[in-house]
This record gives sequence, structure tokens and C-alpha cells, in this order.
Amino acid sequence: MKASLSVVALSAAFLVGCEVPDRPTIRVGSLRDVEGNLLGELFAQVIEGAGEAKVERRLGLGGTGVVFAALDAREVDVVPQYSGTLAEVVLREPRLTEFSAIRERVGAKGYDVGAPLGFNNTYGIGVRRSVASDHGLVRVSDLRGRRWRGAVTPEFMKSPTGLGAMVATYRLSLGRVRAMEHALSYVALANGEVDFVDVYTTDATIRQQDLVVLEDDLGVFVRYDGVALARPGFAKEFPRSWAALEGLAGRFSDSGMTRLNGLFEIDRRDPAAIAAEFRASLAATTVSRPTESVPAGGPAWGRLTLEHLFLVGLSLLIALMVGLPLGVWASHRPRVAKSVLSVVGVVQTVPGIALLCFFIPVLGIGWEPAVYALALYALLPVVQGAITGLQQIDHGLRDVTAVLGMSDWERRRRVELPLAAPAVIAGVRVAAVINVGTAALAALVGAGGYGTLILTGLALNDWRVVMQGALPSALLAIVLHGAFSGFEARATRWR
Amino acid sequence: MSAVAFSNVSLVYGPTPVLRDFTLSLAERQTHVVLGPSGCGKSTLLRCLTGLAVPQEGEVSVLGRLVLPASSSSQRHANRATGLVLQDGGLFPHLTVRDNASLPAVLAGWGASRIAERLGELEQLVGASPELRDRFPRKLSGGQRQRVALIRALFLDPPLLLLDEPLSALDPRSRTELQAEMKWIFASLGKTVVLVTHDIPEAIHFADTVTLLDAGRVAQHGPADSIVRYPASEWIREFVQAAVPRWRHLLGMIEGGGAER
Repeated sequence: MKASLSVVALSAAFLVGCEVPDRPTIRVGSLRDVEGNLLGELFAQVIEGAGEAKVERRLGLGGTGVVFAALDAREVDVVPQYSGTLAEVVLREPRLTEFSAIRERVGAKGYDVGAPLGFNNTYGIGVRRSVASDHGLVRVSDLRGRRWRGAVTPEFMKSPTGLGAMVATYRLSLGRVRAMEHALSYVALANGEVDFVDVYTTDATIRQQDLVVLEDDLGVFVRYDGVALARPGFAKEFPRSWAALEGLAGRFSDSGMTRLNGLFEIDRRDPAAIAAEFRASLAATTVSRPTESVPAGGPAWGRLTLEHLFLVGLSLLIALMVGLPLGVWASHRPRVAKSVLSVVGVVQTVPGIALLCFFIPVLGIGWEPAVYALALYALLPVVQGAITGLQQIDHGLRDVTAVLGMSDWERRRRVELPLAAPAVIAGVRVAAVINVGTAALAALVGAGGYGTLILTGLALNDWRVVMQGALPSALLAIVLHGAFSGFEARATRWR
Repeated sequence: MSAVAFSNVSLVYGPTPVLRDFTLSLAERQTHVVLGPSGCGKSTLLRCLTGLAVPQEGEVSVLGRLVLPASSSSQRHANRATGLVLQDGGLFPHLTVRDNASLPAVLAGWGASRIAERLGELEQLVGASPELRDRFPRKLSGGQRQRVALIRALFLDPPLLLLDEPLSALDPRSRTELQAEMKWIFASLGKTVVLVTHDIPEAIHFADTVTLLDAGRVAQHGPADSIVRYPASEWIREFVQAAVPRWRHLLGMIEGGGAER
């Protein structure tokens, strides 16, 4: 016994020793768009090349807010960012444009800001070439005097240097402007449903769809210089890695970045291969990483399905473990039941993405915040099912249990829970279906699942990829609905 | 020793008293019918015996042991001593006939073979077909439901059987049928039975003694036919007569082939 224990201990020590040869891990994050994924991969390879640490890739996070929350929670160490975003989000001074000032003041808050990479990915207004030539559109000023219809990203619509500033500065009177993701707005533009869209100036679609980007003649759109942004203390802890990242400064141009984005978005090359080739072209030094392209192929259905089921299953389990006792306790206290239901009901009104972000400071990114957010969502139907199921039990039956001398536990187990089961199962069924849908959002905080494909599709502006995630998610919801309806039928045999 | 004794029991729900300084003693091995208009406190009287209603004042004892005011062991005593049948049977809708009927024995930890034997015995006694065993209560007729409820109440052979309007929800035909059978069952078992009803003919059919309640008090207590023959007050005479002429009227229709007038 003792011997076998020490063997286990030894082999454990051996395994641990192999796993981590005292090299720390640097976690590289990025936004979920094409450029974010590419630059994140490039950063990761550059840091691996510096040989100071292992790299964990946490690319494709769901938005600027998530990225900054993850940085602050030390869930990621370094991310590609933009000077304009730093001014707006970190300094809350969107009109601050001078790079050295931004770098100094963001640095004062503890972050490390690298030198500009060399490209400016700012907003632009894109129109079809035919429309531009028919109406003589060259500059944004030329949009005056006609009620143009537009489709812009929600981000551009809200940004203080976005749509509002443009309309005010150029004194435009536009027609209807709808908010939609690029994946949709480019289609709407191509179909002639709208006249203009907002573009990112290094966006590969501009070339692919042969759009004309109007000149920002009044200088409304501030610069979005690509930079490396690291959490406080990073440059000191990993001087070689930081120096390697700084080595990328000035190595890009707008057209160069646009070309790289095109390799990923339009040619569907593997970002790792694109990044490796780019590094090879920068220097004569040999690249340690093999450059063969990992075939994009079909998505990893098995893994994504497991991830999705894991998120839904674990969150339901937590909701049951909390919701059932809560429901049982509240069911024979009508006033308590009312307030419990209104509290968990309020949770239901919080938008999914907000609830996900809410947990990041405490739980970091990954599956943890997603599971807890989903569990909170599932709580209302579960608690409601338990309370309804228990409250509708005939009071006469409770008298009978008392006369039969049942203990509280026996009454719950033999009578109340079986009688409440149909309502509880119905609640769980509703919760499961809601959670399958909401779990698609979990990819925004790096939790995986079918949402990964939906977000990739949005990033690649390709609705077919969106559908690859959306359809199995819908299918899973239908399957779960059917399964729980089956349980429900079995639990109600007696009705 | 009396089977059931109430002494000076007062119980108030909200503004109206349900039992007022209520005193009553019922002898063992007899069928006692508690009769009265709705709201007179007759169901509450049964609930006191099972510990489901707790009076503010007075004492209740079952088979010589105090059950109210309650003590730690009094509830168990009351549970062991009594079997209860409610108006709609009080069967658990999610349990089969077999599981409903044998539940008291399962809770008491009986073995399967002993349970099966007792179940067969009782089915025969109350006239329930063994074919019903796997049915759920929803699939039973009202009469079948009451028979199963009776099996459950009798399963552990308690000395005291309490029935709260057991036949009120039945159609006239199965009601008459069950009335006859139950009277025979009560007589053959020799148990103390307390049966609550608002129906005078049913009361007289079952009763060794009748207790007529009015507004939480005993209005009259005596042998079965005493309330008809010797009503103790004008109110009782009216209560009884309110039921009687209707039968005459109906009998006239059946025998004479038409109405009396």
C-alpha cells in the first residue's frame, strides 16, 4: 500500500516536472474580428520566438469591454489594441489624438503600451463604386443634401467619434440608419438595400467588394493606430518578450494590414501560417514554428458540441441545486415566494452579454463566468416550476400525509416532489432551451461552444459560418426540448 | 373507557368560534354519526382527533390517552390509533391503487409478502377487484376510490376509523350500494367508527348513536332515531322535517305513478 502510494507520488512529481519545466505562461488575448485574431496569433508567435515563456492563446474575445476586463483580472497578459480605443475606453477622452500623449497617460495607469505597429485602422464610410461615380461622391462632405440610407455597426453608432460626430460635423441629414454587424451590412450594401456602411480602413472586404471609401475631409475619425497593450508589470516581468513585440513597431502599413486580413478573411488561410510567413518576410532569421497551413476544414463539431453541452448541463445542475431547495422553502410561504420570484425574475431581464461580463472580474474568462451566468438565467424557470408544482398540491393530501404519520422528509419524497415533478421538469425544460440559446453568447468570454462558429462567422463576415453554429444550436434546443418532454410524459403517467 | 372524549374544547378560526365549550364522549366498538348543517364544526371535530386542528382550550383523548394538548408522543398515538377516509377518498394521484392502499404498511416497514397478503384480505372485505391494483386513482369510479381509501384506512387495523362525508360525492346508486356494504363491514370488524355526514337518512342508516351539532355545540346526542322521534328543540324538528317530506313526495310518485296532488 505504502509502496504503491509512493509510486503514485513519484510519477505525479515526474508528470508535473515534465509538464512545467519552470517556464511561466503568457496569455495572449485579442478581439474576435479578423485583424484581432491575426495580430493575436502573430503576437503569440513572436513571444514564443523570444523563448521566455509558454504562450496560451485566448483569442477572439467578445468585445473591447471583455478584453479590458480580462486584462484587469490578469486573465490575459497582452493584446493587440488601437490608440483610439485606449483614448476612448481607458482615458475616456475620445478626442485625444496625439499618440505620445495617449501612450504616456495610459502608461501612467500602469499598462504597458508599445510603439505604433504602423497601420491606422480607423472608421471610414464605404459606398458602392457605381453610386460614387453616379453622384460624384469622393469626400464625406459630398453626402450632404441627400437622405442616404445606411447600415453601421452598433459600435460605430455609439462611439463618440462615430456616426453622431460625423453627422454633426458634416451637418448631414441622413435617411434611416440601421445598426448591424459587418457580416450583414456588407450584404445589405451589395444588395442596394442601403447606400453606405461604416468600414474599418484595413478591412479586406473594401477591396473584395470594390468599395469607395470617402475621404474624411473634416477629420472626424480619430486615428486607430495598432499597438501592443500589456497588463501592468508585464514588460518588467518579461523583458525579452516585450522587446520582441516592440520589434514589430513600424513594420506594418495600411495596405500591408489589409492584405494580411484578406489572406485570412477571403482566402481562408490559417492565421498561424499567415503570421509565420509575415514574420519570415520581416527578417532573415529562421522561423522556429513550422509554417504548414493547418487545413481550415470543417469545424470541430464534436468538441464544440461537448463544450456547449457542458455549459448547458453544468449550469442546469447548479440551477437545480439552488433552485429546488429555494422553491421548496418558498412554496409554503406565499409572501416569500413572491419576492423570491421577483428577484430571480429581475435577473432574467439583464441582457446575456452584460451578465457574462459581470462575472469576469471575479471568475476571469473562460467557462466559469459563462456557467454561472447561465445558471442564473436558468434559475427563474426552475424556481417557478418548483413553487407552482408544490403550491398546486391539494391541501387534503397534506392532511392525509399527517394522519399517515409521514415525517417531513417522507412527505417531500413520497408525495410532494412526485406531484410537483411535472411542473419542475417543465421548468427545467424551459431553462434548458433558454440556456442552449444563451450559451451561444458564452463564446464572447472564451467559453467555447457553438457560439465560437457564430462569432467567427460574424468576424469573417460570412453568414454560412454563422449558420454552422446557429443551426446545431437550434437543433440541440429541439433535441433537449423533446427529451425533457419525454421525461415530463413519464412523470405524468398518472394524469 | 370511552373511545373518544372531548372535554370543554373551544376552537376559534378567525372571528367565528368553530367549537364552543364542546364536550362529548363516544363509546368503543360502536358507529357514531356526527350530523349537522355545513359549517357546524363537524369536520373540525374529526380534525381534532387526528391532530390536524388544535383547539385553544380543552382536552381531547383517544382510547384513554390525551392527544390534545399535544405532546411528543401523542401525535404518534393518534396516527396509530386512527384510519381516515375523506370525501373524495384522499388518494395520492401519482400512486397506483396498490401503492396507495399499502402505503401505511410500507411506512411501517412491513415486508412485501405480508403486505400482499393483507391487501388481498382487505380487497375481499371491501369488495375491490384485484384487477384495479395497477390503476391510478383518476381511472377509478367514485365508488372504487372510496373502497381503496377504506383499504388504506384499515390496513394497519387501527381501533378507530374516521370518515368525513365518505359517500357525499357518489351518485345515488353506488351510494346506496356502499352504504349497505360499509354497514356490514363496520359490524363485522367491531371497530369504533366516527362518521361525519349532513344526510339524515344516511345517519340513521349507519348510526348506533347520532350527535347533532349546531354552531359548534352539541344540539342533541342519543340513539339513532332519537332526533326523529324525540327532537330536543324546535330547530331540530325543523332540521329533520326539512328532509322528510321530500321522501314522501317522491315515494308517492313511485307508488302511485304520479304526484300526490
